[in-house]
Amino acid sequence: MENLAELARIELGEDEKKEILSDMKVILDYVNQIQEVKIPAKVGEQGRVDVESDYRPYNVWREDLPAGAGEGSFSRELIIEQFPDAQDNFLKVKKIL
Amino acid sequence: MIDLKNLTIEKAHQSLLKGEFTCRELAQAYLEVIKEKNPRINAYLEVFDDVLDQADVAQKRFDSKTSTILTGIPFAVKDNILIKGRNVTSASKILQNYVASYDATVITKLKKQGAVFLGRTNMDEFALGGSTENSAYGVTKNPYDTKRVSGGTSGGSAASVASDMSLVALGSDTGGSIREPSAFCGVVGFKPTYGKVSRYGLMATTSSFDVIGPIAKTVEDAQIVFDVINGNDVLDSTSIKDDIYTEPKKKNKLSIGVPWSLINQEGIDPKVKDNFKEAVKNLESSGYKIKDIELPNCLALYYIINFAEVSTNLSRFDGVRYGVHKNGKNLLGDYLLSRGTGFGKESRRRILLGAYVLSAGYYDAYYGKAQKAREALRKEFKELFSKIDLILTPTSPIPAWEIGEKSDPLSMYLVDIFTVTANIIGVPAMSLPSGFLEIKGKNLPLGIQFMASHGREDLLFEIGQKFEAICS
Repeated sequence: MENLAELARIELGEDEKKEILSDMKVILDYVNQIQEVKIPAKVGEQGRVDVESDYRPYNVWREDLPAGAGEGSFSRELIIEQFPDAQDNFLKVKKIL
Repeated sequence: MIDLKNLTIEKAHQSLLKGEFTCRELAQAYLEVIKEKNPRINAYLEVFDDVLDQADVAQKRFDSKTSTILTGIPFAVKDNILIKGRNVTSASKILQNYVASYDATVITKLKKQGAVFLGRTNMDEFALGGSTENSAYGVTKNPYDTKRVSGGTSGGSAASVASDMSLVALGSDTGGSIREPSAFCGVVGFKPTYGKVSRYGLMATTSSFDVIGPIAKTVEDAQIVFDVINGNDVLDSTSIKDDIYTEPKKKNKLSIGVPWSLINQEGIDPKVKDNFKEAVKNLESSGYKIKDIELPNCLALYYIINFAEVSTNLSRFDGVRYGVHKNGKNLLGDYLLSRGTGFGKESRRRILLGAYVLSAGYYDAYYGKAQKAREALRKEFKELFSKIDLILTPTSPIPAWEIGEKSDPLSMYLVDIFTVTANIIGVPAMSLPSGFLEIKGKNLPLGIQFMASHGREDLLFEIGQKFEAICS
């Protein structure tokens, strides 16, 4: 639980840890029903049993362009205004290394 | 006095065209109802201060004869849809002072039409819940009984339409978030096919389930809004092309599948079942063919994917670039404190559950298995929709509950039993009012839900209008 909270970058109080842990047990027990779902098996190329898709996923690309002014554009000012800490229009963060 | 109770988009449009009232007068009428009712219902988190100015701009389009069907129509907008320059919070403390730096695509489309935005509506924080009880800004009360919830997560939007605080509203639907509150508030809730309406500018909950849709008083109103907001969008890479789903030939008689074994399970209120049976009977006597079908319970599958994607999507709220920032000892301390204090309980719970189902040791058992089950379910539905045209269920197994009644999270999750399936496979679905249930002297609305195959919104609008005619 503590490991999960650290991975998720969430600080929890002692009482809350207990409460969430007991909720999680009940919920995970319920969603564990997924194990009973039968998947129509197919031996894949690497010998793995997997479900076959009848469609092909594909990538959707677009050019990365700076947004101009006017409709549909970003407001640079609004973005900068909301930085918790800024210096010379740059986002200021704590030392990382 | 404008008769708001019986007003529809088409009626309002005709009156505006004829000059029976102006856009300003219409907006003013809604503002007055909001002033009277919102303190009690809490549907709006904010009523915009420039509503009348927006109405005046819309009026100019009537004067210059460049109006469209939605010009001057007062909208309520769910608090997870971005409008440039306006505060938007997903009903979370972590975004308390956040101001949108761009317009969502649906907003751009509505602005082009000259729609008027009344304000932003309450919801469960980050669209996690089913009652708006998870909002950081208080619950939205049901207009039919203020001791009860309005449903969720788009509870504010549904309650605003039901209590004439807006003519129509935008909601978002991840696992029933448009349909369930619509059923609880006695209005029409429409969830389009996944990808039909751009998600650009919609705060992501479960990216592979989320879709924006209208909440309205009539099927016709829902259709008018859907016709405007749908369409391919280069800014949303999961947005679909209009021709992706080929339309099969029109049939004379639609056949409707009813999953009786799922509906006869424990946990479905017997009175909800009676109301549902009545609806089925009425459809049958109107000439629709009803077939018994099998549908699995998809809640486990839905929630595993929901937890996983929620925990990933909410990782962007770290207090670094925007939103609540709490100062810790170091950068890690900043994260822990900002996220620990900024997120509400349900968000924290789902983030942790998501981290669990995605963790190295459990990935295959939970998330991996769920993805395979999702693909299998999609195929099962393809097969099913080759035999029937529509699937009919109650929208919710129970009517609106009393505020605070459901304290354990799992019991809340179980309410989504009929709605999550449409999101897992991405098909369109609609909730329609199907009558009332009297509890403790109050009449509570009930709803039924139709699902159609991918891209067949037209069938839902068709059956929806027929069902409205049957009920009236």
